[in-house]
Amino acid sequence: MNKILIVAEHDGSRLNPAIAKCVRCARDIPDANVTVLVLAADPAAVAAEAATINGVDAVVTVANPANAQALAATLAPQVAAVASGYSHVFGPSTTFGKDLMPRIAALLGAPQLSDVMAVESATRFRRPIYAGNAIVTVEVAAGTQLVATVRVASFEAAARGNATAPITAASLDVVLPSHTRFVSLSAARSDRPDLQTANRVISGGRAFGSADNFKILDGLATKLGAAVGASRAAVDAGYAASDMQVGQTGKIIAPELYMAFGISGAIQHLTGIKDARTIVAVNKDAEAPIFEIADYGLVGDVFQIIPELERLIG
Amino acid sequence: MNRILVAIKRVVDYNVRVRVKPDGTGVVTDGVKMSINPFDEIALEEALRIKEKGQAQEVVVVTIGPADCQQQLRTALAMGADRALHVQTDAVIEPLTAARIFKILIDREQPMLAILGKQAIDDDCNQTGQMLSALWGRPQATFASKVEIGDGVATVTREIDAGLETLEIDLPAVITTDLRLNEPRYVKLPDIMKAKKKPLDVLEPAALGVTPSEQLKAIRYEPPPQRSKGVMVKDAQELVAALRSKGLIQ
Repeated sequence: MNKILIVAEHDGSRLNPAIAKCVRCARDIPDANVTVLVLAADPAAVAAEAATINGVDAVVTVANPANAQALAATLAPQVAAVASGYSHVFGPSTTFGKDLMPRIAALLGAPQLSDVMAVESATRFRRPIYAGNAIVTVEVAAGTQLVATVRVASFEAAARGNATAPITAASLDVVLPSHTRFVSLSAARSDRPDLQTANRVISGGRAFGSADNFKILDGLATKLGAAVGASRAAVDAGYAASDMQVGQTGKIIAPELYMAFGISGAIQHLTGIKDARTIVAVNKDAEAPIFEIADYGLVGDVFQIIPELERLIG
Repeated sequence: MNRILVAIKRVVDYNVRVRVKPDGTGVVTDGVKMSINPFDEIALEEALRIKEKGQAQEVVVVTIGPADCQQQLRTALAMGADRALHVQTDAVIEPLTAARIFKILIDREQPMLAILGKQAIDDDCNQTGQMLSALWGRPQATFASKVEIGDGVATVTREIDAGLETLEIDLPAVITTDLRLNEPRYVKLPDIMKAKKKPLDVLEPAALGVTPSEQLKAIRYEPPPQRSKGVMVKDAQELVAALRSKGLIQ
Protein backbone atom coordinates (compact mmCIF):
# COMPACT_ATOMS: atom_id res chain seq x y z
CA MET A 1 0.00 0.00 0.00
CA ASN A 2 1.16 3.54 -0.74
CA LYS A 3 0.39 5.85 2.16
CA ILE A 4 0.04 9.43 0.98
CA LEU A 5 -0.10 12.41 3.30
CA ILE A 6 -1.53 15.64 1.86
CA VAL A 7 -0.81 18.87 3.72
CA ALA A 8 -4.00 20.96 3.67
CA GLU A 9 -3.90 24.58 2.62
CA HIS A 10 -6.72 26.63 4.13
CA ASP A 11 -7.58 30.09 5.40
CA GLY A 12 -8.61 28.99 8.89
CA SER A 13 -12.19 28.22 7.96
CA ARG A 14 -12.20 26.83 4.42
CA LEU A 15 -10.10 24.31 2.56
CA ASN A 16 -8.27 25.65 -0.50
CA PRO A 17 -9.78 24.11 -3.68
CA ALA A 18 -6.25 23.01 -4.67
CA ILE A 19 -6.43 20.23 -2.07
CA ALA A 20 -9.19 18.32 -3.90
CA LYS A 21 -6.84 18.36 -6.90
CA CYS A 22 -3.99 16.99 -4.78
CA VAL A 23 -6.35 14.19 -3.71
CA ARG A 24 -7.03 13.35 -7.37
CA CYS A 25 -3.29 13.26 -8.05
CA ALA A 26 -2.68 11.03 -5.01
CA ARG A 27 -5.49 8.71 -6.15
CA ASP A 28 -3.66 8.22 -9.47
CA ILE A 29 -1.02 6.32 -7.48
CA PRO A 30 -1.87 2.62 -7.43
CA ASP A 31 -3.04 1.13 -4.14
CA ALA A 32 -3.20 4.55 -2.51
CA ASN A 33 -4.34 5.31 1.00
CA VAL A 34 -4.84 9.05 1.38
CA THR A 35 -4.66 11.09 4.59
CA VAL A 36 -5.23 14.85 4.71
CA LEU A 37 -3.34 16.68 7.46
CA VAL A 38 -4.92 19.87 8.78
CA LEU A 39 -2.71 22.15 10.88
CA ALA A 40 -4.69 25.08 12.26
CA ALA A 41 -5.50 27.03 15.39
CA ASP A 42 -8.93 25.39 15.26
CA PRO A 43 -8.97 22.71 12.56
CA ALA A 44 -12.58 21.45 13.01
CA ALA A 45 -14.29 23.17 10.06
CA VAL A 46 -11.48 22.54 7.60
CA ALA A 47 -11.13 18.91 8.69
CA ALA A 48 -14.86 18.32 8.27
CA GLU A 49 -14.65 19.71 4.75
CA ALA A 50 -11.61 17.58 3.88
CA ALA A 51 -13.33 14.44 5.20
CA THR A 52 -16.06 14.68 2.55
CA ILE A 53 -13.72 14.67 -0.46
CA ASN A 54 -14.03 11.39 -2.38
CA GLY A 55 -10.82 9.41 -2.10
CA VAL A 56 -9.80 10.72 1.31
CA ASP A 57 -9.39 7.77 3.71
CA ALA A 58 -8.53 9.71 6.86
CA VAL A 59 -8.07 13.21 8.20
CA VAL A 60 -5.54 14.06 10.90
CA THR A 61 -5.70 17.36 12.73
CA VAL A 62 -3.13 19.28 14.76
CA ALA A 63 -4.60 22.14 16.77
CA ASN A 64 -2.17 24.80 17.92
CA PRO A 65 -2.57 28.60 18.23
CA ALA A 66 0.82 28.88 16.48
CA ASN A 67 -0.82 27.46 13.37
CA ALA A 68 -3.10 30.48 12.94
CA GLN A 69 -0.69 31.73 10.27
CA ALA A 70 0.79 29.44 7.66
CA LEU A 71 4.48 29.95 8.49
CA ALA A 72 6.68 27.30 6.90
CA ALA A 73 9.14 27.36 9.81
CA THR A 74 6.29 26.57 12.23
CA LEU A 75 4.38 24.06 10.12
CA ALA A 76 7.29 22.05 8.71
CA PRO A 77 8.49 20.38 11.94
CA GLN A 78 4.90 19.39 12.76
CA VAL A 79 4.36 17.83 9.33
CA ALA A 80 7.71 16.07 9.57
CA ALA A 81 6.67 14.61 12.93
CA VAL A 82 3.47 13.20 11.41
CA ALA A 83 5.06 12.07 8.13
CA SER A 84 7.00 9.04 9.27
CA GLY A 85 5.35 5.92 7.88
CA TYR A 86 4.03 7.73 4.81
CA SER A 87 5.54 6.88 1.43
CA HIS A 88 4.55 10.20 -0.17
CA VAL A 89 4.02 13.67 1.29
CA PHE A 90 2.10 15.99 -1.08
CA GLY A 91 1.20 19.66 -1.07
CA PRO A 92 -0.24 21.96 -3.70
CA SER A 93 2.04 23.87 -6.04
CA THR A 94 0.69 27.17 -4.73
CA THR A 95 2.88 29.68 -2.90
CA PHE A 96 1.80 27.92 0.33
CA GLY A 97 3.10 24.55 -0.90
CA LYS A 98 6.14 25.95 -2.68
CA ASP A 99 7.20 27.66 0.53
CA LEU A 100 6.46 24.78 2.89
CA MET A 101 7.13 21.46 1.15
CA PRO A 102 10.91 21.82 0.57
CA ARG A 103 11.34 22.69 4.24
CA ILE A 104 9.54 19.46 5.13
CA ALA A 105 11.61 17.50 2.60
CA ALA A 106 14.87 18.75 4.10
CA LEU A 107 13.74 17.86 7.63
CA LEU A 108 12.85 14.36 6.39
CA GLY A 109 16.03 14.08 4.32
CA ALA A 110 13.76 13.22 1.40
CA PRO A 111 14.00 14.35 -2.23
CA GLN A 112 11.25 16.58 -3.60
CA LEU A 113 9.57 16.63 -6.99
CA SER A 114 8.07 20.03 -7.81
CA ASP A 115 4.99 20.54 -9.99
CA VAL A 116 3.96 16.93 -10.57
CA MET A 117 1.70 17.00 -13.66
CA ALA A 118 1.12 13.27 -14.13
CA VAL A 119 1.54 10.04 -12.18
CA GLU A 120 2.97 7.03 -14.05
CA SER A 121 3.45 4.82 -10.99
CA ALA A 122 4.15 5.15 -7.28
CA THR A 123 7.77 5.93 -8.12
CA ARG A 124 7.50 7.56 -11.55
CA PHE A 125 6.11 11.02 -12.28
CA ARG A 126 6.14 13.65 -14.99
CA ARG A 127 6.87 17.33 -14.45
CA PRO A 128 7.53 20.41 -16.59
CA ILE A 129 10.95 22.09 -16.73
CA TYR A 130 12.33 25.11 -18.62
CA ALA A 131 9.07 27.03 -18.24
CA GLY A 132 7.16 24.10 -19.71
CA ASN A 133 9.35 23.82 -22.80
CA ALA A 134 10.20 20.26 -21.83
CA ILE A 135 8.50 17.53 -19.84
CA VAL A 136 10.72 15.20 -17.85
CA THR A 137 9.79 11.78 -16.49
CA VAL A 138 11.50 11.23 -13.15
CA GLU A 139 11.90 8.04 -11.16
CA VAL A 140 12.80 7.53 -7.52
CA ALA A 141 14.07 4.25 -6.09
CA ALA A 142 11.33 2.09 -4.55
CA GLY A 143 11.18 2.63 -0.81
CA THR A 144 12.39 6.25 -0.99
CA GLN A 145 10.08 8.59 0.87
CA LEU A 146 9.08 11.27 -1.63
CA VAL A 147 7.89 14.83 -1.10
CA ALA A 148 6.09 16.51 -3.99
CA THR A 149 4.13 19.56 -4.96
CA VAL A 150 1.16 18.94 -7.23
CA ARG A 151 0.69 21.17 -10.26
CA VAL A 152 -2.95 21.93 -9.61
CA ALA A 153 -3.72 22.99 -13.19
CA SER A 154 -3.00 19.41 -14.31
CA PHE A 155 -5.64 17.68 -12.18
CA GLU A 156 -9.42 17.84 -11.92
CA ALA A 157 -10.72 18.32 -8.40
CA ALA A 158 -11.86 15.13 -6.66
CA ALA A 159 -15.61 15.36 -6.09
CA ARG A 160 -17.31 15.59 -2.71
CA GLY A 161 -19.37 12.66 -1.55
CA ASN A 162 -21.73 11.74 1.25
CA ALA A 163 -19.26 9.48 2.98
CA THR A 164 -17.10 11.03 5.67
CA ALA A 165 -13.56 9.90 6.41
CA PRO A 166 -12.64 9.46 10.09
CA ILE A 167 -11.04 12.51 11.71
CA THR A 168 -8.42 12.01 14.42
CA ALA A 169 -6.55 14.61 16.44
CA ALA A 170 -2.79 14.24 16.82
CA SER A 171 -0.88 15.79 19.67
CA LEU A 172 2.74 16.42 18.84
CA ASP A 173 5.74 16.91 21.03
CA VAL A 174 7.54 19.37 18.75
CA VAL A 175 9.35 22.53 19.79
CA LEU A 176 8.19 25.33 17.51
CA PRO A 177 10.52 28.20 16.61
CA SER A 178 9.77 31.82 17.48
CA HIS A 179 12.26 33.28 15.00
CA THR A 180 9.67 33.90 12.28
CA ARG A 181 6.77 36.24 12.97
CA PHE A 182 3.76 37.16 10.88
CA VAL A 183 3.32 40.93 10.59
CA SER A 184 0.57 41.56 8.05
CA LEU A 185 -1.18 40.51 4.88
CA SER A 186 -2.36 43.05 2.38
CA ALA A 187 -4.81 41.25 0.17
CA ALA A 188 -6.66 42.91 -2.63
CA ARG A 189 -10.22 42.27 -1.50
CA SER A 190 -12.23 41.13 -4.42
CA ASP A 191 -15.67 39.63 -4.95
CA ARG A 192 -14.37 37.94 -8.07
CA PRO A 193 -13.72 34.21 -8.29
CA ASP A 194 -10.29 32.99 -7.24
CA LEU A 195 -7.86 33.28 -10.17
CA GLN A 196 -6.41 29.81 -9.68
CA THR A 197 -9.71 27.94 -9.69
CA ALA A 198 -11.99 30.18 -11.79
CA ASN A 199 -13.80 28.68 -14.79
CA ARG A 200 -13.26 31.85 -16.77
CA VAL A 201 -10.28 34.19 -16.63
CA ILE A 202 -9.66 37.40 -18.54
CA SER A 203 -6.20 38.95 -18.47
CA GLY A 204 -4.63 42.19 -19.54
CA GLY A 205 -1.12 43.10 -20.63
CA ARG A 206 1.13 46.02 -21.30
CA ALA A 207 -1.21 47.40 -23.98
CA PHE A 208 -3.47 48.92 -21.32
CA GLY A 209 -0.96 51.64 -20.58
CA SER A 210 -2.14 52.54 -17.06
CA ALA A 211 -3.77 51.16 -13.93
CA ASP A 212 -6.90 53.19 -14.70
CA ASN A 213 -7.16 51.78 -18.21
CA PHE A 214 -6.69 48.28 -16.80
CA LYS A 215 -9.97 48.70 -14.95
CA ILE A 216 -11.93 48.49 -18.21
CA LEU A 217 -11.57 44.72 -17.81
CA ASP A 218 -13.78 44.88 -14.71
CA GLY A 219 -17.09 45.31 -16.54
CA LEU A 220 -16.42 42.38 -18.84
CA ALA A 221 -15.21 40.27 -15.90
CA THR A 222 -18.47 40.95 -14.07
CA LYS A 223 -20.55 40.03 -17.14
CA LEU A 224 -18.63 36.77 -17.53
CA GLY A 225 -18.27 35.96 -13.84
CA ALA A 226 -14.55 35.78 -14.59
CA ALA A 227 -11.43 36.24 -12.51
CA VAL A 228 -8.98 38.91 -13.70
CA GLY A 229 -5.33 38.12 -14.37
CA ALA A 230 -2.37 40.02 -15.76
CA SER A 231 0.87 39.48 -17.64
CA ARG A 232 4.19 40.11 -15.94
CA ALA A 233 4.58 43.28 -18.00
CA ALA A 234 1.31 44.66 -16.65
CA VAL A 235 2.26 43.83 -13.05
CA ASP A 236 5.79 45.23 -13.40
CA ALA A 237 4.31 48.44 -14.81
CA GLY A 238 2.01 48.72 -11.79
CA TYR A 239 -1.27 48.27 -13.70
CA ALA A 240 -2.22 45.18 -11.69
CA ALA A 241 -1.38 43.61 -8.29
CA SER A 242 1.35 40.97 -8.10
CA ASP A 243 -1.14 38.27 -7.04
CA MET A 244 -2.79 38.66 -10.45
CA GLN A 245 0.29 37.57 -12.40
CA VAL A 246 -0.22 34.54 -14.63
CA GLY A 247 2.80 32.62 -15.91
CA GLN A 248 5.91 30.64 -15.07
CA THR A 249 6.63 32.55 -11.88
CA GLY A 250 3.06 33.63 -11.18
CA LYS A 251 -0.05 31.49 -11.23
CA ILE A 252 -0.47 28.47 -13.48
CA ILE A 253 -4.14 28.25 -14.40
CA ALA A 254 -6.44 25.93 -16.32
CA PRO A 255 -9.82 27.65 -16.79
CA GLU A 256 -12.47 26.58 -19.29
CA LEU A 257 -12.14 29.95 -20.99
CA TYR A 258 -9.09 32.22 -21.00
CA MET A 259 -9.19 35.58 -22.75
CA ALA A 260 -5.94 37.50 -23.17
CA PHE A 261 -6.22 41.19 -24.02
CA GLY A 262 -3.17 43.11 -25.17
CA ILE A 263 -0.82 40.31 -24.12
CA SER A 264 1.86 39.48 -26.67
CA GLY A 265 2.45 35.99 -25.29
CA ALA A 266 5.97 35.62 -23.94
CA ILE A 267 6.84 31.96 -23.37
CA GLN A 268 6.78 32.59 -19.60
CA HIS A 269 3.16 33.72 -19.86
CA LEU A 270 2.10 30.94 -22.21
CA THR A 271 3.38 28.31 -19.78
CA GLY A 272 0.84 29.61 -17.27
CA ILE A 273 -2.18 29.26 -19.58
CA LYS A 274 -1.64 26.38 -21.93
CA ASP A 275 -3.85 24.03 -19.93
CA ALA A 276 -6.82 26.33 -20.48
CA ARG A 277 -9.58 24.56 -22.43
CA THR A 278 -10.17 27.48 -24.81
CA ILE A 279 -7.84 30.44 -25.33
CA VAL A 280 -8.98 33.71 -26.90
CA ALA A 281 -6.43 36.38 -27.81
CA VAL A 282 -7.12 40.00 -28.71
CA ASN A 283 -4.10 42.02 -29.78
CA LYS A 284 -3.29 44.90 -32.09
CA ASP A 285 -0.22 43.10 -33.40
CA ALA A 286 -1.18 40.35 -35.84
CA GLU A 287 2.28 38.83 -35.37
CA ALA A 288 1.97 38.46 -31.56
CA PRO A 289 3.06 34.97 -30.47
CA ILE A 290 -0.12 34.54 -28.42
CA PHE A 291 -1.98 33.91 -31.71
CA GLU A 292 0.12 30.75 -32.21
CA ILE A 293 -1.67 29.01 -29.36
CA ALA A 294 -5.03 30.81 -29.33
CA ASP A 295 -8.15 28.92 -30.35
CA TYR A 296 -9.71 32.21 -31.40
CA GLY A 297 -7.66 35.24 -32.37
CA LEU A 298 -8.86 38.76 -33.05
CA VAL A 299 -6.59 41.51 -34.28
CA GLY A 300 -7.73 44.80 -32.87
CA ASP A 301 -7.59 47.50 -30.24
CA VAL A 302 -8.50 46.31 -26.74
CA PHE A 303 -10.07 49.67 -25.89
CA GLN A 304 -12.54 49.23 -28.72
CA ILE A 305 -13.15 45.50 -28.44
CA ILE A 306 -13.63 45.13 -24.68
CA PRO A 307 -16.63 47.51 -24.52
CA GLU A 308 -18.05 45.83 -27.64
CA LEU A 309 -17.77 42.39 -26.04
CA GLU A 310 -19.34 43.71 -22.87
CA ARG A 311 -22.28 45.04 -24.86
CA LEU A 312 -22.68 41.89 -26.99
CA ILE A 313 -22.53 39.52 -24.03
CA GLY A 314 -24.85 41.76 -22.00
CA MET B 1 31.87 41.08 10.12
CA ASN B 2 28.39 41.14 8.62
CA ARG B 3 28.55 38.91 5.61
CA ILE B 4 25.98 37.94 2.99
CA LEU B 5 26.20 34.68 1.10
CA VAL B 6 24.58 34.67 -2.34
CA ALA B 7 24.08 31.42 -4.23
CA ILE B 8 24.01 31.59 -8.01
CA LYS B 9 23.39 28.99 -10.71
CA ARG B 10 24.59 28.86 -14.29
CA VAL B 11 21.57 28.23 -16.50
CA VAL B 12 20.50 28.43 -20.14
CA ASP B 13 19.87 32.11 -20.82
CA TYR B 14 16.35 33.46 -20.29
CA ASN B 15 15.98 34.36 -23.98
CA VAL B 16 16.93 30.97 -25.40
CA ARG B 17 14.08 28.86 -26.70
CA VAL B 18 14.94 25.50 -25.15
CA ARG B 19 14.49 22.37 -27.27
CA VAL B 20 14.44 18.72 -26.29
CA LYS B 21 17.09 16.52 -27.92
CA PRO B 22 15.58 14.20 -30.55
CA ASP B 23 16.71 11.11 -28.59
CA GLY B 24 14.93 12.31 -25.44
CA THR B 25 18.05 12.25 -23.25
CA GLY B 26 17.93 15.92 -22.30
CA VAL B 27 17.63 19.39 -23.74
CA VAL B 28 19.99 20.97 -26.26
CA THR B 29 22.66 22.97 -24.41
CA ASP B 30 25.57 22.79 -26.90
CA GLY B 31 26.44 26.22 -28.20
CA VAL B 32 23.58 27.75 -26.21
CA LYS B 33 24.13 31.02 -24.32
CA MET B 34 24.51 30.50 -20.57
CA SER B 35 23.88 33.12 -17.89
CA ILE B 36 23.40 33.65 -14.18
CA ASN B 37 19.88 32.49 -13.26
CA PRO B 38 17.84 35.75 -13.35
CA PHE B 39 16.44 35.29 -9.83
CA ASP B 40 20.00 34.82 -8.52
CA GLU B 41 21.06 38.05 -10.21
CA ILE B 42 18.29 39.76 -8.24
CA ALA B 43 19.61 38.04 -5.07
CA LEU B 44 23.09 39.40 -5.73
CA GLU B 45 21.78 42.88 -6.47
CA GLU B 46 19.89 42.90 -3.16
CA ALA B 47 23.00 41.80 -1.26
CA LEU B 48 25.04 44.55 -2.91
CA ARG B 49 22.43 47.17 -2.00
CA ILE B 50 22.41 46.03 1.63
CA LYS B 51 26.20 46.31 1.65
CA GLU B 52 26.09 49.75 0.01
CA LYS B 53 23.76 50.93 2.80
CA GLY B 54 26.44 49.90 5.27
CA GLN B 55 24.37 47.06 6.71
CA ALA B 56 26.86 44.40 5.57
CA GLN B 57 30.58 44.47 4.91
CA GLU B 58 31.13 41.56 2.56
CA VAL B 59 29.22 39.76 -0.20
CA VAL B 60 30.38 36.24 -0.99
CA VAL B 61 29.00 34.56 -4.09
CA VAL B 62 28.92 30.76 -4.33
CA THR B 63 28.04 28.26 -7.01
CA ILE B 64 28.10 24.50 -7.54
CA GLY B 65 28.84 22.97 -10.92
CA PRO B 66 31.36 22.32 -13.68
CA ALA B 67 34.44 24.43 -14.44
CA ASP B 68 32.48 26.67 -16.85
CA CYS B 69 30.51 28.11 -13.91
CA GLN B 70 33.48 30.35 -13.21
CA GLN B 71 32.30 32.60 -16.06
CA GLN B 72 29.16 33.36 -14.06
CA LEU B 73 31.15 33.80 -10.84
CA ARG B 74 33.38 36.34 -12.64
CA THR B 75 30.27 38.19 -13.80
CA ALA B 76 29.03 38.22 -10.20
CA LEU B 77 32.38 39.58 -9.03
CA ALA B 78 32.17 42.25 -11.73
CA MET B 79 28.70 43.21 -10.46
CA GLY B 80 30.32 43.85 -7.09
CA ALA B 81 30.64 40.65 -5.05
CA ASP B 82 33.84 40.67 -2.96
CA ARG B 83 34.88 37.08 -3.45
CA ALA B 84 33.66 33.82 -4.91
CA LEU B 85 33.52 30.16 -3.92
CA HIS B 86 33.20 27.51 -6.58
CA VAL B 87 32.24 24.00 -5.50
CA GLN B 88 33.41 22.24 -8.63
CA THR B 89 31.68 19.07 -9.78
CA ASP B 90 30.34 17.49 -12.95
CA ALA B 91 27.80 15.46 -10.98
CA VAL B 92 24.04 16.07 -11.16
CA ILE B 93 23.25 18.26 -8.15
CA GLU B 94 19.74 17.93 -6.76
CA PRO B 95 18.33 20.73 -4.58
CA LEU B 96 18.82 18.77 -1.34
CA THR B 97 22.48 18.17 -2.20
CA ALA B 98 22.94 21.85 -3.07
CA ALA B 99 21.35 22.82 0.26
CA ARG B 100 23.69 20.46 2.14
CA ILE B 101 26.72 21.99 0.43
CA PHE B 102 25.52 25.55 1.11
CA LYS B 103 24.92 24.62 4.76
CA ILE B 104 28.56 23.57 5.11
CA LEU B 105 29.71 26.82 3.51
CA ILE B 106 27.45 28.70 5.94
CA ASP B 107 29.09 26.93 8.87
CA ARG B 108 32.44 28.18 7.55
CA GLU B 109 31.43 31.69 6.57
CA GLN B 110 28.89 32.51 9.33
CA PRO B 111 26.83 34.95 7.23
CA MET B 112 24.02 37.08 8.63
CA LEU B 113 22.00 36.36 5.50
CA ALA B 114 21.92 33.86 2.70
CA ILE B 115 20.07 35.15 -0.35
CA LEU B 116 19.06 32.84 -3.18
CA GLY B 117 16.83 33.11 -6.21
CA LYS B 118 13.40 31.59 -5.57
CA GLN B 119 13.84 29.15 -8.44
CA ALA B 120 16.23 28.34 -11.24
CA ILE B 121 14.73 28.77 -14.68
CA ASP B 122 16.16 25.44 -15.89
CA ASP B 123 14.67 22.84 -13.53
CA ASP B 124 12.06 25.26 -12.04
CA CYS B 125 12.36 23.41 -8.71
CA ASN B 126 11.94 26.27 -6.20
CA GLN B 127 13.40 24.21 -3.33
CA THR B 128 17.01 25.00 -2.43
CA GLY B 129 16.51 28.10 -0.26
CA GLN B 130 13.78 26.49 1.81
CA MET B 131 15.84 23.31 2.24
CA LEU B 132 18.87 25.33 3.28
CA SER B 133 16.96 27.20 5.96
CA ALA B 134 15.54 23.91 7.30
CA LEU B 135 19.02 22.35 7.54
CA TRP B 136 20.33 25.54 9.12
CA GLY B 137 17.38 25.70 11.55
CA ARG B 138 16.88 29.36 10.69
CA PRO B 139 13.97 31.48 9.34
CA GLN B 140 13.05 31.58 5.67
CA ALA B 141 11.38 34.42 3.82
CA THR B 142 10.65 33.19 0.32
CA PHE B 143 9.48 35.10 -2.79
CA ALA B 144 10.65 38.43 -1.39
CA SER B 145 9.59 41.65 -3.09
CA LYS B 146 10.94 43.97 -0.35
CA VAL B 147 13.68 43.51 2.25
CA GLU B 148 14.51 45.84 5.13
CA ILE B 149 17.37 45.03 7.48
CA GLY B 150 16.97 46.12 11.10
CA ASP B 151 18.87 45.39 14.27
CA GLY B 152 19.21 41.61 14.27
CA VAL B 153 16.01 41.25 12.26
CA ALA B 154 14.79 41.62 8.71
CA THR B 155 11.33 42.68 7.60
CA VAL B 156 10.45 40.97 4.36
CA THR B 157 7.45 41.43 2.09
CA ARG B 158 6.56 38.27 0.19
CA GLU B 159 4.53 37.83 -2.99
CA ILE B 160 2.04 35.08 -2.17
CA ASP B 161 -1.16 33.90 -3.86
CA ALA B 162 -3.35 35.90 -1.49
CA GLY B 163 -1.45 39.18 -1.86
CA LEU B 164 1.56 40.67 -0.11
CA GLU B 165 2.57 39.12 3.20
CA THR B 166 5.03 40.76 5.57
CA LEU B 167 7.16 38.70 7.94
CA GLU B 168 9.67 39.69 10.58
CA ILE B 169 12.52 37.22 10.85
CA ASP B 170 15.47 37.00 13.20
CA LEU B 171 18.91 36.99 11.62
CA PRO B 172 20.69 34.97 10.45
CA ALA B 173 18.15 33.83 7.90
CA VAL B 174 17.52 32.75 4.34
CA ILE B 175 15.74 34.99 1.84
CA THR B 176 14.68 33.92 -1.65
CA THR B 177 13.96 36.55 -4.25
CA ASP B 178 11.01 37.24 -6.50
CA LEU B 179 11.09 39.25 -9.72
CA ARG B 180 10.04 42.61 -8.38
CA LEU B 181 12.56 42.89 -5.55
CA ASN B 182 14.93 45.02 -7.62
CA GLU B 183 16.41 45.53 -11.06
CA PRO B 184 19.97 44.19 -11.25
CA ARG B 185 22.70 46.59 -12.35
CA TYR B 186 24.62 46.27 -15.58
CA VAL B 187 28.25 45.27 -15.44
CA LYS B 188 30.70 47.94 -16.58
CA LEU B 189 33.84 47.09 -18.52
CA PRO B 190 36.36 48.39 -15.91
CA ASP B 191 34.60 46.22 -13.32
CA ILE B 192 35.11 43.15 -15.49
CA MET B 193 38.86 43.90 -15.48
CA LYS B 194 38.85 44.43 -11.70
CA ALA B 195 36.88 41.23 -11.15
CA LYS B 196 39.74 39.19 -12.60
CA LYS B 197 41.82 40.06 -9.54
CA LYS B 198 39.16 39.24 -6.95
CA PRO B 199 39.58 35.97 -5.01
CA LEU B 200 37.85 32.88 -6.41
CA ASP B 201 38.40 29.70 -4.39
CA VAL B 202 37.71 26.28 -5.86
CA LEU B 203 36.48 23.53 -3.55
CA GLU B 204 35.37 19.95 -4.13
CA PRO B 205 32.20 18.41 -2.72
CA ALA B 206 34.23 15.48 -1.31
CA ALA B 207 36.45 17.89 0.61
CA LEU B 208 33.27 19.34 2.15
CA GLY B 209 32.11 15.86 3.12
CA VAL B 210 29.14 15.79 0.74
CA THR B 211 28.61 13.03 -1.80
CA PRO B 212 26.15 14.10 -4.48
CA SER B 213 23.44 11.44 -4.65
CA GLU B 214 21.04 11.14 -7.54
CA GLN B 215 17.73 10.22 -5.96
CA LEU B 216 15.58 11.68 -8.72
CA LYS B 217 16.54 9.95 -11.96
CA ALA B 218 15.47 11.68 -15.14
CA ILE B 219 14.57 8.86 -17.48
CA ARG B 220 12.99 10.65 -20.43
CA TYR B 221 12.62 14.17 -21.80
CA GLU B 222 9.84 15.13 -24.20
CA PRO B 223 8.64 18.29 -25.84
CA PRO B 224 5.33 19.50 -24.40
CA PRO B 225 2.13 18.68 -26.31
CA GLN B 226 1.46 21.45 -28.80
CA ARG B 227 -1.83 23.30 -28.97
CA SER B 228 -3.09 23.39 -32.50
CA LYS B 229 -3.37 26.79 -34.10
CA GLY B 230 -6.91 28.08 -33.96
CA VAL B 231 -8.90 30.39 -36.17
CA MET B 232 -8.85 34.16 -36.61
CA VAL B 233 -12.17 35.95 -36.28
CA LYS B 234 -12.82 39.32 -37.91
CA ASP B 235 -14.61 41.19 -35.13
CA ALA B 236 -16.15 41.07 -31.66
CA GLN B 237 -19.47 39.87 -33.01
CA GLU B 238 -17.93 36.85 -34.71
CA LEU B 239 -15.96 36.08 -31.56
CA VAL B 240 -19.04 36.14 -29.35
CA ALA B 241 -20.91 33.93 -31.85
CA ALA B 242 -18.06 31.41 -31.84
CA LEU B 243 -17.89 31.29 -28.03
CA ARG B 244 -21.67 30.92 -27.82
CA SER B 245 -21.72 28.06 -30.31
CA LYS B 246 -19.19 26.21 -28.14
CA GLY B 247 -21.28 26.88 -25.04
CA LEU B 248 -18.48 28.88 -23.42
CA ILE B 249 -20.65 31.93 -22.81
CA GLN B 250 -24.38 32.52 -22.67
